[in-house]
Amino acid sequence: MTRPAVVSTTARHRRVGSERLPAPLLALAIVAIAFFALPFIGLLWKAPWSEAWSILTSPGARTALRLSIYCSLWSTALATVFGVPLAWLLARVAFPGRGLVRALCTLSMVLPPVVAGVALFYALGRRGLVGQYLYRWTGYSLPFTTAGVIVAQTFVAMPFLVIAVEAAFRQQDTRYEEAARTLGASRWYTFRRVTLPAIRPGLVAGAVLAWARALGEFGATITFAGNFPGRTQTMPLAIYIANEVDPDEAIILSLILIAISFGVLVALRDRFLGGGSPQPV
Amino acid sequence: MTLEARLVRTLGRFELDVELEAKPGEVVALLGPNGAGKSTAFRCLAGLLPLDGGRITLDGAPLDDPGADVFVPPDERPVGVVFQDYLLFPNLTALENVAFGLRARGLARSEARARAGSWLERVGLGDHAGHRPRALSGGQAQRVALARALATEPRLLLLDEPLAALDVGTRGGVRRDLRRHLTTFDGMRLLVTHDPVDAYALADRVVILEAGRVAQTGTLAEVTARPRSRYIADLLGTNLLRGEGRGGALVLVTGAGVVAAEPVTGPTFAVVPPSAVALYLTQPVGSPRNVWPSRVVDVDQQTDRVRVRLEGPVPLVAEITAAALAELALQAGDRVWAAVKATEIATYPA
Repeated sequence: MTRPAVVSTTARHRRVGSERLPAPLLALAIVAIAFFALPFIGLLWKAPWSEAWSILTSPGARTALRLSIYCSLWSTALATVFGVPLAWLLARVAFPGRGLVRALCTLSMVLPPVVAGVALFYALGRRGLVGQYLYRWTGYSLPFTTAGVIVAQTFVAMPFLVIAVEAAFRQQDTRYEEAARTLGASRWYTFRRVTLPAIRPGLVAGAVLAWARALGEFGATITFAGNFPGRTQTMPLAIYIANEVDPDEAIILSLILIAISFGVLVALRDRFLGGGSPQPV
Repeated sequence: MTLEARLVRTLGRFELDVELEAKPGEVVALLGPNGAGKSTAFRCLAGLLPLDGGRITLDGAPLDDPGADVFVPPDERPVGVVFQDYLLFPNLTALENVAFGLRARGLARSEARARAGSWLERVGLGDHAGHRPRALSGGQAQRVALARALATEPRLLLLDEPLAALDVGTRGGVRRDLRRHLTTFDGMRLLVTHDPVDAYALADRVVILEAGRVAQTGTLAEVTARPRSRYIADLLGTNLLRGEGRGGALVLVTGAGVVAAEPVTGPTFAVVPPSAVALYLTQPVGSPRNVWPSRVVDVDQQTDRVRVRLEGPVPLVAEITAAALAELALQAGDRVWAAVKATEIATYPA
């Protein structure tokens, strides 16, 4: 049975563009926005603005900030160098156990970071599975070094890049690669000149997410690399310590970290992070 | 100096098995409905899909020969390809697109750009060198794609539905341009299309593909004079029957007999023009040698003519006038008698 369409003669019909939004959706969305905004407003409200400058310019804060940026950029670079080929393999090469490999390579994203740190320790530590040989042959031990921070950050951040780039590889129109091949391009040349430019938006998005994750990394870092100012004490670690000793300093350091992350997300917002209009191909 | 190919390839339940040949300077069109295997054949020739059987040789050199374990990858084949949507690299300018193949082959950047520039001049787009594909019209994009394919100096040029991406308004002009540019290339040219107008305008010879097999080859005039495929018969809007000559009459697989002007023997095609099919509500008695009971499947009215599709021992399309339709008041499902004079039926060996 179909209901006859009735055209109401009393109600005034609005233009489609000005149709009212569904109230429950709108209300819940506003609650969600408030939920994200309130903690930051709380920080701003509690911030000791008069001391801000002296905290900012204190050697401890500057060291931690410099180390954080240094390590997070390094781990983003490593995640890109290894993550792009990994994403390509997962997206383009059908091999047995691909689903398992994908789960394994993204596990550290959902793992508690402390667990990641412990696991890294038993793999790369002085007595670890691989680390013992590294130490025996070279005398070098990764834990409690700046390199250890970079390894810990890369371990938890790379999955973000892999997931974004794999999706980009999957969505790509592979016929462009075929066109390149018919023009005489080898597989490697095609990858560099055709495939990589085509996945650039996904790559940038993935790199930004990985970088943000690395910048905020705490649990794996403190477990695997410890908390030595100037060597392994990144911003999140410094904030954690400061919060015990001098909450004012913790607030200012937090605000710096928030400002940097927010600035990057806003700068890249619609272009690469899925918002705005679709990319022209 | 020719292309000789027997392409055998299975894709799921689809099986391609066709023989193709092209001589230098010749334009061959691979014509057929969707799903006939045109794209598969095209991909095999370009090296994007390896053969299961058969062999491709170009100027005597094997490109793909599974029997001898030979497969030349696409980037090493002297084959240029113009794809259906042209597939110009969106991040490169027109000039960089044309230079791409030359750069990929190791030519220095300045040399590649100089040659690409002269190719763009040749297709009349010298002043569009710096444009991105997005800023080009469909016809311009096609010419850039052609220049890009020809810049690598292939022996064989493949074009996949070169006009399908264009709207009807611009197609005619672009087709003329393409024809002009194709004549300047002295290698072999193979065109894949589902549009007989393109085949007629651009090709010297057509190969009709149907269900993965070659149904017919020849000039378009030869092919249409004696259709040997349902596809061509449908294009011409005529009825094509196939059967076995027995006792002078043509016997179809349904068992129905068709009497033609000439007695026939062996496997035979018969063409029955729709305008020669007369419809009656009761069984007619008279001179027509062929009278079959039929059922109306559908009625398609085109201004003053009406095409009535029939099923029965002899499936036919009848063309009658609108006045006749009104008088007979035919509807889908109605039972009628179809009559055709033997002299209206042309036959030729299958």
